[in-house]
Parts: sequence; structure tokens; C-alpha cells
Amino acid sequence: MNPAINVGAAPLATPWFFYGLAAAAVVSGLLVITRRNAVHSALALIVTLLSVAGLYLMLYAPFVAGVQIIVYAGGIMVLFLFVIMLVNIERVAKERQFNRIWPVGLLASCALFALFVGAFIKGKSVLPQRMIQLPEAMNTQAIGGALYGEAGRMGLYTFAFEIASLLLLVAILGAVIMTKKKI
Amino acid sequence: MMQSFMSYLGSTVPPGNAGNQLWALIYVLIIFVAVSLTVMWLINWVERKALAHFQVRLGPMRVGPHGLLQPFADALKLMLKEDIIPDQADKAVFWFAPVIGLLASFTVYIVIPFGPSQAVSDMNIGILFMLGVSSLGVLGIVTAGWASNSHYPLMGALRSSAQMVSYEVAMGLAVVSAILMTSLNSTGTGTLSMIGIVEAQQQQGVWFLFKFFPLGVIAFVIFAIAMVAETNRAPFDLAEAESELTAGFHTEYSGLRWSLFMLAEYAAMMAVSSIAVTLWLGGWLRPFPNLLHGPAWEFIFSLFPGLSFAAFAAIAFIGTVRMPSDSFFKVQRIGLGIFGLTLAFTALLLLVIAFVGRGDDVNIAGRLREGIDYVFWFLLKVAIFMYLFFWYRATWPRYRFDQLMKIGWKVMLPISLGALIATAIVGVLVK
Repeated sequence: MNPAINVGAAPLATPWFFYGLAAAAVVSGLLVITRRNAVHSALALIVTLLSVAGLYLMLYAPFVAGVQIIVYAGGIMVLFLFVIMLVNIERVAKERQFNRIWPVGLLASCALFALFVGAFIKGKSVLPQRMIQLPEAMNTQAIGGALYGEAGRMGLYTFAFEIASLLLLVAILGAVIMTKKKI
Repeated sequence: MMQSFMSYLGSTVPPGNAGNQLWALIYVLIIFVAVSLTVMWLINWVERKALAHFQVRLGPMRVGPHGLLQPFADALKLMLKEDIIPDQADKAVFWFAPVIGLLASFTVYIVIPFGPSQAVSDMNIGILFMLGVSSLGVLGIVTAGWASNSHYPLMGALRSSAQMVSYEVAMGLAVVSAILMTSLNSTGTGTLSMIGIVEAQQQQGVWFLFKFFPLGVIAFVIFAIAMVAETNRAPFDLAEAESELTAGFHTEYSGLRWSLFMLAEYAAMMAVSSIAVTLWLGGWLRPFPNLLHGPAWEFIFSLFPGLSFAAFAAIAFIGTVRMPSDSFFKVQRIGLGIFGLTLAFTALLLLVIAFVGRGDDVNIAGRLREGIDYVFWFLLKVAIFMYLFFWYRATWPRYRFDQLMKIGWKVMLPISLGALIATAIVGVLVK
């Protein structure tokens, strides 16, 4: 059904795309945690999410990129903004930060950074050198097969997927019960 | 360069898939200019005229014959107007908000299939990309309402975000039931690609609107209602309800920035209309492509673009003849005559292409004829939807906010969910 994709042509996604997207993700990620104005932080977070979606596209995972845009940038962030917009920005900007959670955050990010450095140095011997590159058209189908199963067999992640949906259902019910005392 | 320029004429896939950057760029430019011009001039004029006639008014009559140049006068006025940024506004966000809306509504045109090779690119996740990027448009409205730092815009932004998030659910479910229908082929694998969806309708020999009657119609109607709510148009235009919120989220905007919002809104209307056309109305397919095929029928249907332009030219000429003979109308009469002549020349050109390129899909004339046919049928279907938008606006009173939420969650969501489940069951049974 899909017209043949010109495999021989040079890929359009050059390393420069990666550098650009990665820089956008890092810079906007820094803006998220340094802005005092919560709405500015939320907008910077949207830029981060979109550039990560671009990175997914470069990894030949268009479905994940599309879902990232729909669910995070288009859905969750709109709800975030919906709530943040009602906050009195001027008062919040003057208020001092009262939680003392930053040492934990620092520790966690140092650990993550160490992991990345380790993967960069020793990755070649630990991780497989090359993944099998599926043609782009197969990506969505492969995800469908893994999540829901193919040809009457259960997929690799069908069970985990269903459990996750049950978890979300519990969360939704919890939210409804907490807001409505009488149903 | 020249070779790359000519090479595309023989290609059967969109330039984005063939890796043809030059043609992809040309397509992007054509689409950008064409959409902006259509929205600014044609749709603006038709909407004002149509609304006026619905209300037994004349509409714009002064600038150009029958007000044909009124949109240009308005555009000039908006450009010359003072651009006011409120003192207490968040300047950067206020400045950027209309751009977000504009970017979101123009980016989706990348995947809209005007023909099997008349698209910028055919993404594997086409429909997902379209829904995702067009849902980013709400960010423009929300940030505009917040950055204005004023009560009415904030109320408008809150309403709009709540409305869009709730109607997206029903819309998504309706889309999924159409995508399910693409998987009813020998391999059992559907597709999300916009071009693939239209090709599936051609293979199955039926528009998805009429598939599994009435399930296709139900999903289509749900989508048609949800898309009006998604684009904030009447009767769901609560975000800019002028009787309650002055102008809603764009109360504080003026001049060029305000016109960017309008441009984004109308471009988004055309984009969602083309989603509906692609999913349910067979995209670029002409009526009965499988039933009435063969060179003779092919030729008859390829005359349609030229004949419709000829009809427009005839209307313009009738208007020229009926213009009052007073010397006051002399300039207007000449103007309308020139407009009619331009239309007639376009009609002649299209008819010549249809005649020269008949029964041929290899040479330049044949390829051109094919392309014109595809784009014509696609745009005709989109134009019907655009007219429906104006018709709704003239006909229905605005909903109250609680009614809007009630319809979204308690009526449309269950119906679309039911249609989706029924489509899945019927699809399995048919197999």
C-alpha cells in the first residue's frame, strides 16, 4: 500500500538535526527549572517535549513521536497550563521556595549523568552495535503487534499494557471520588 | 537543478518520500501562498457575502465590483493599524502567542494529500501527526488569553482549552473507527498514512462515509460536529463569545497580530475539513472511480474543473451586463469584466489541458491533467465543508457552556465509542 521509499537516497536526517534538537531540548529543559514564572516554565517544557519528539523521529520511531506530540504537548501540557494560569503569578514570584528537595534532585541527576557517561565510554562492549532497522512503514505495525498481539497470539507486552490501563482507570476513579463526596 | 526540477514530473510518490528536497520546498511555498491567499481573499469574501445574504443584506459592495477587493482593503487597514501591547501584558508571550497558532495550523498542510503525489510528504503516521499538531493550536489561544493579563481573555482561554480537550476525545474515537476500516483488506493491516487511507477507500470501492451503513455516517457526523468545536467556530465559539466576553481570548489584540489569529483559525478550518474529506469522502477520488471508468468517462470527468471555472466566468459576465448603466458604475463594470475574462481564460486553459492530456498519464500534459483533476475534486469537497462552516454560523445560536460540556461528554463520547465498537465487531464478522 505504501509507495516504495527511496532507500538509496542520502538520509535527510543528518547529525546536525540531532545537534539542533538536542540543544533545543537541553536549553529549554534548563529554562523549565530556572524560570520563576510558572507559565514560562510550562511553555519551555512544551519546547522540550517537541524536540524530544523530533529525536524520536530521527530514531525511525514516528509512532512514538506522534503520540508524544498528541499526549504530552497537545493534551497534558494544555491541562497544565489550564491550572497554572489560575495561579497568581506575582505572588508566587515573590515567595521563597520552601521545599528542601534540591539535594535529592542533584544526586539523582548526577547519577543519571554518570550513567550516560558510562554508556558513552563502555557502551560499545555492553550494548549491541546496531539494531535491526525496520523500514519506517513497519514501525506502527510492529508496535501494534507488541502491544496487542498478532495472528491470535498474545503480544510481548499485552499483559503489561492491560495492567497499565487498569492503573490509569484506578487513578481516574480516585480523582472522581476525591472531588465528589456524594456520587 | 534542471534535471531535478523535471525529474519530479514522472514521480508517483510525494517529493518528501522521493527525497526530492527542491520539489518539497516548491510544494511548501505553493501551499503557503495558496492557503494564505485563499483564506485572506476568497474565504473572507465568500463568508461575508454568504452571511450577508443569509441575513438579507448586500454585504460588501463598495470596494471593487460586488466588494471583491474588500478583503485587500481590510488587510491594508489591519497592517496600518497601531499595534498595541497592553502595559501589564507578558510581552514575550503576548508577542509569540499568535505565531504558535499560525505555526500549528500551517504545519499540518505537510501531510494533506491533494493527490497521490500532490502532497509535501506521505508520513507513515500522517493522521496522527495531523491530529497532534492541530491540537497544538489550542496552546496559541491559551497563551494569548493568559498573556493579555485581563479578565475576558483569560475566561476565553479557559473555556477554549476545556472545550478542545473534551472534544478531542470524541474526535479521536471517530477517527479511529475510520482507520479500523482501512484494515479490511487481504493483509489485515491498516494504515495511518493519509495517502494510504484514500487508497484503501479506492481498493474497497466505497467511501468510508457509506461503509457499514450507518456506522460510517455516525462516525463522520461525530467528527463533523467535533471539528467545529475544535476550531472554535459557531455554534461552539464560546472562546470568543462576543455577547459574554467582548472578543474572548483576542480582546487585547489589534492590527496585524489579530489578523494572524484569524489566518490561523481559517487555515485550521481548512485543515480539519481536509481530514474529514480524506477519511470519509475519498480524498482526491472523483465520484465513482471504479464504476464509471474507461477513457470516455475519464475525459468527461476531467472537463469538470474547466467547466466550473467557465460557470464562474459566466456569472461574472452576467453581473457585468446587469450593472446599472450610470457612469458611477463604469469602473466597477470594467473591473468585473476583467475579473470575468481572467476566469474565462483559466477555464480555457484547463479545458485545453484536459483535451491535450486525455487518455495519457505519462507525458507532461497528461500528468498535469491528472494532477488538476485530483486537486480539483479534493478542493471541491473541502469547499463544501467551508460553506457548511458559514452556514452553521448563520443558522445556529451559540451553546451555553454547560450544554457544550454535556454534549461533548455525555452524548458524543458514548456514541462515538459505540460506533467504534460496532465497527470493530462488524469488521470481524465480515471477514
